[in-house]
Amino acid sequence: MAKTPTFWGYRRENGRVGVRNYVAILPIDDISNAACEAVAKNIQGTIALPHAYGRLQFGEDLELHFRTIIGTGCNPNVAACVVIGIEPEWTQRVVDGIAATGKPAAGFSIEQHGDIATIAAASHKAKEFVHATSGQLREEFGIGELWVAAKCGESDTTTGLASCPAVGNMYDKWIPEGIYGCFGETTEITGAEHLCKARAATPEVGEKFMRAWQAYQDEVVEPHKTSDLSDSQPTKGNILGGLTTIEEKALGNLEKIGKKVSYIDVLKPAEAPAQGPGLYFMDTSSAAAECNTLQAAAGYVVHCFPTGQGNIIGNPIMPVIKLTGNPRTVRTMGEHIDVDVSGVVRREMTISDAGDALMDAIVQTANGRLTAAEALGHREFVMTKLYRSA
Amino acid sequence: MSIPQLLVHNKRDNVGVVVVEGVAAGDELLCVVTEDDSDFKIVTKHDVPIGHKIALTDLAEGDTVIKYGEDVGRMVAAARKGEHVHTHNLKTKRW
Repeated sequence: MAKTPTFWGYRRENGRVGVRNYVAILPIDDISNAACEAVAKNIQGTIALPHAYGRLQFGEDLELHFRTIIGTGCNPNVAACVVIGIEPEWTQRVVDGIAATGKPAAGFSIEQHGDIATIAAASHKAKEFVHATSGQLREEFGIGELWVAAKCGESDTTTGLASCPAVGNMYDKWIPEGIYGCFGETTEITGAEHLCKARAATPEVGEKFMRAWQAYQDEVVEPHKTSDLSDSQPTKGNILGGLTTIEEKALGNLEKIGKKVSYIDVLKPAEAPAQGPGLYFMDTSSAAAECNTLQAAAGYVVHCFPTGQGNIIGNPIMPVIKLTGNPRTVRTMGEHIDVDVSGVVRREMTISDAGDALMDAIVQTANGRLTAAEALGHREFVMTKLYRSA
Repeated sequence: MSIPQLLVHNKRDNVGVVVVEGVAAGDELLCVVTEDDSDFKIVTKHDVPIGHKIALTDLAEGDTVIKYGEDVGRMVAAARKGEHVHTHNLKTKRW
């Protein structure tokens, strides 16, 4: 038995462990993006997280917006957070939600101050946060302190042969070590929903998954479809890569959860897991930036992203590790690939070898090595919107 | 073993996946079933891009296509053994 691996991360006030040490400049709403980007330009060592929404949302859609924004600020990869919103009340709600973790958080609202005064005040606070956090030393932790999410994109037939099984192999080996895992993509389970249901830890959790899956069919697909979803699922990229039907895509997708582990709960979008270590299903879109943003907001600190044809996604606060089993993708867009598992389709590498290669990459990434997406500046941060604003 | 040109997930599958570039009509492909590492040969009747599927047996319109040992859709046009199987002759049963 190999020694349990360790990684070097940042201990946070609430006990969680991060692998990056960002001072985030977080807008609550679309119109506060400009101020946040100005602060991030003024103060080095900070990162602005602009996004498209946050005004006139209501009901569950508004709750999801708050959960995503607050969850992003709470993520252990964020050391401290400056929050900017148009008005003070919602700004304070987000600050309070983030400060509940114990990390430094401060809010600024623009109404009656204007952008320039807000940017000046927020920049002073951001500089203070940079000095308070940038000297923090990494400490060594057992792998069980790591939260690792997964989602695949621009999938093709090699995804189900090599890159998704590599992620599944990692979960089979590390879930027993105590990590938290997460998969989602509710629509993309279509065709394998019976298999997914069967992988729940209990019949109750399986039923909870089926309710989430059925709700998407009833509430979104049925009212909004034209003829069918064949123009979107599989995508044009999937079809170029040889995937023909949603069932075929779903079966490859589900290889990400391995052969042994079962998922212990079904999470709402951006909901933090609360049942202890283990694998979780999250009810998400299959669009990469939306899904990854929700997983980061739930507290995941590293992401594994199998791709076939070459999705180039990143995330501003959660490093996204790209792996592919397609030798053509390695050849044509290798700068986006962190782990080449194309040896699997040549039968030069077993699935277990591919899982080990991914686990090495996860440890290196957790230790601070930049992923391809980080080095290339991919910072896709995209809110999930449930319905039109008021 | 030499590098396979076509991989099959499960013994019950009636399609396999081309995993090398440059497969041309008339090529004899080395096929490996990943489930048990058994192998066989098949002659492709089309130029088939990497990642795309080839029928392992004659498939008639209406036949269920099996991959991963599971139902992945139905044939909407026939394909002979060795022919390309994709959106022109295979469709989901779901939507």
